Amino acid sequence: MLESIKTILKSNVRQYGMFIALVLIMLLFEIITDGTLMKPLNITNLVLQNSYILILAIGMLLVIITGHIDLSVGSVAAFVGAVSAIMMVKYNVPVILAIILSLAIGALVGAWQGFWVAYVKIPAFIVTLAGMLLFRGLTMLVLNGQSVAPFPESFRAISTGFISDINHNGTLHLVTIILGIILSLALILFEWRKARIDKTYQLASTPLPVKIAKLAILIFTINYFSYIFASYKGLPNIFILLFALIAIYSFVMKKTVMGRHVYALGGNEKAAKLSGVKTKKMTFWVFVNMGVLSALAGLVFSARLNAATPKAGVNFELDAIAAAFIGGASATGGVGTVIGAIVGGLVMGVMNNGMSLVGLGIDYQQGIKGLVLLSAVAFDLYNKNKSSH
Amino acid sequence: MSNILLEMKNITKTFPGVKALNKVNLKVQEGEIHALMGENGAGKSTLMKVLSGVYPYGSYEGEILFSNQLCQFKEISDSESKGIVIIHQELALIPQLSIAENIFLGNEQAKRGIINWYETDRETLKLLKMVGLTENPSTLAGTIGVGKQQLVEIAKALSKKVKLLILDEPTAALNEEDSDNLLNLLLQLKEQGLTSIIISHKLNEIIKVADAITILRDGQTIETLYMNQDEITEERIIKGMVGRDLTQRYPSRVPNIGDTFFEVKDWTVYHPTQQNRLIIDQVSFHINKGEIVGIAGLMGAGRTELAMSIFGESYGIKKSGQIIKDNKPIQVKSISAAINAGIAYVSEDRKEYGLILINDIKRNITLANLKSISKYFVVNDHQELLDAEHFRERLKIKTPSVHQLTGNLSGGNQQKVVLSKWIYAKPDILFLDEPTRGIDVGAKYEIYTIINELANEGKGILVISSELPELLGICDRIYVMNEGRFTGEVTREEASQELLMKFMTKGRVEHA
Repeated sequence: MLESIKTILKSNVRQYGMFIALVLIMLLFEIITDGTLMKPLNITNLVLQNSYILILAIGMLLVIITGHIDLSVGSVAAFVGAVSAIMMVKYNVPVILAIILSLAIGALVGAWQGFWVAYVKIPAFIVTLAGMLLFRGLTMLVLNGQSVAPFPESFRAISTGFISDINHNGTLHLVTIILGIILSLALILFEWRKARIDKTYQLASTPLPVKIAKLAILIFTINYFSYIFASYKGLPNIFILLFALIAIYSFVMKKTVMGRHVYALGGNEKAAKLSGVKTKKMTFWVFVNMGVLSALAGLVFSARLNAATPKAGVNFELDAIAAAFIGGASATGGVGTVIGAIVGGLVMGVMNNGMSLVGLGIDYQQGIKGLVLLSAVAFDLYNKNKSSH
Repeated sequence: MSNILLEMKNITKTFPGVKALNKVNLKVQEGEIHALMGENGAGKSTLMKVLSGVYPYGSYEGEILFSNQLCQFKEISDSESKGIVIIHQELALIPQLSIAENIFLGNEQAKRGIINWYETDRETLKLLKMVGLTENPSTLAGTIGVGKQQLVEIAKALSKKVKLLILDEPTAALNEEDSDNLLNLLLQLKEQGLTSIIISHKLNEIIKVADAITILRDGQTIETLYMNQDEITEERIIKGMVGRDLTQRYPSRVPNIGDTFFEVKDWTVYHPTQQNRLIIDQVSFHINKGEIVGIAGLMGAGRTELAMSIFGESYGIKKSGQIIKDNKPIQVKSISAAINAGIAYVSEDRKEYGLILINDIKRNITLANLKSISKYFVVNDHQELLDAEHFRERLKIKTPSVHQLTGNLSGGNQQKVVLSKWIYAKPDILFLDEPTRGIDVGAKYEIYTIINELANEGKGILVISSELPELLGICDRIYVMNEGRFTGEVTREEASQELLMKFMTKGRVEHA
């Protein structure tokens, strides 16, 4: 029994390693900052501050799994933000229409880059380096070198609004608490269903105590955080959007034929092609997807800043790439998970936030983040080598 | 002559959960060619890795004596400094560097870090002469053929003042001519006093060159046979390797051949980049239900190109030709169209083109036919696991579980996974390109059995192979290809190695 627990722990170190690291980092800053980190206001801010990087990290993960890279996402986000500002501020285009058009522009930008990478076979590093310059230039051109503001209130709600509550009398945001409970119940139902399917297919399932422990930790975490959010203004709108994106992309990558094809393509392009995977088409669409998510990140960022500026989105690509790698993606492609990239992004976000709270200068912050990235990947590699020998 | 150069005593090497080597003994005499034989997974490569220091001293038990000295190698450079050089199955030349640069890579002819190119070229010429090459030292290694690259590897080994040369499957990627060449060179070097250990699956080659044969099975030394003492036949060696008499190399089968259901007519294909170069020239053939058809030919005859160009035009530019299946002309412009039309192609290079090595067995098996286990594009993981398990049992894939990464499997088991993948795609026609390359005898027999079963189910099988005995052993009918054309068609009854060879070289002179 003890032996089996040991092996379970061992085989899951890689899977949960970064998750444990995130918890430890949060604990560390919680102690150093005398409890400021986990204050409802701060946790809410943390989500708002990092939302656009997390959105980019999801897209970047897919790009990295296919064995490519996208350096242009920051510029693309800025460009789309600029165009949306011109539409909404200068020409009074309705918000919904402006959002749809902006996402479509993102898709076009992605298609442009995907075309060069997938069909002309120019390395993505070069195509997107060119894109980084090109779209930064276009951003400045569109904005004429100046900031454009302010956005309509309804647009800003994407990044500054919170979900509405049923009554405002209490100190706690009730809907948030209820959502947390619903999610917990859904998880239990999901696990129960999975166990039943395992049984009908006569497959060995994870031992019950391990399952219950896992579920208990998850449910505790969910409800703890929903309580924290509820003690401030409730869940931010952007949290709901992020949650939906994570759920959808995790599902697509884990459970669908398309997800399988993306992993196969990144694992061995030639073998995938000879197995009937439409490798060019797949690569193209992964870049289109990245374009759309870049556009979304651009909108979220502009809404938060309440302005489109020529310097928006600088270095976003680096944070998104770092998030994916910290989260266990492989630079050679074929490996990585959506949840991993999100955890990677959160590690960076919590470090930024925590170090700012402590009052560490930007110089130290940059350096420490660099070392974290390096050690996370080194840790991952060490584990990989250990398991293969 | 009877000085012992190398003695490995009671070598035991354990990996987590597996005893890869169990008290293995190996004695190599000075000046002999010693063959190391065994099925895949028997421990040959592990033993050589222990010897060369890839697995450092301390990670195994036992002793290594080289020239009567106890050796404790910590890394490869330690063993190389003693004169033990290993040439791996996958060639380690850097294609963008010249022959001379490759030979002296890591061992540059330099003084205070500055390379003496004059000296380098002179030494290279000397070494190339020793291995019988007349290439210019400045020729890029990537531009010469595989056979010559192998010789350059040997020249590189010689440059390191080698005393014991270890060759891991040196002829696996070579055609007959290059193989002969290489083996003759080994015999020549032996005359000059070089000792070598050769790992190979090709029995006829071993019998030709080896002085002694040590057979490993399941991580244990079974026996060492000496050419001058024992009577050595292929059967004798196989018996040692598989632990039983393998009276038949090819499983018996009663062909049950039905109607013609697959035809290719006037198939003409040009080179993908050099658009005037004709690769396949008006080839026509047919396959009947339940028939195993072979294609013989020398390397470069265009066999792989033919198969791949039919398989969804995955090679070259098709100029003309027609595919007829079940009496209807079909279009297969893409690989997915080919798979849907019931055609499967098992590549000759399973690592590069067949498998996703970083993915597990089950994912590899289902990749070409995910739609059969998915609904609305959502994959049913449970069904996948069951289906993969089914193949693990049916094809006897030796692995603790289907969650194992395919990169960790032996060659024979990898090939079984690739075969599973294509059987899972439920094809009517299977093109098998070198289905048993680099696989040991036992696994070969199992692969042949699978091929027979598929034929008995009424599928049409097309086997491309460079091993003539294999084609003669399993095929009902054999086409012979040379320079992009079919030069002959022989039935099982009339086929012989001599006849096939005659067709394989036919038309060569006219074109030269």
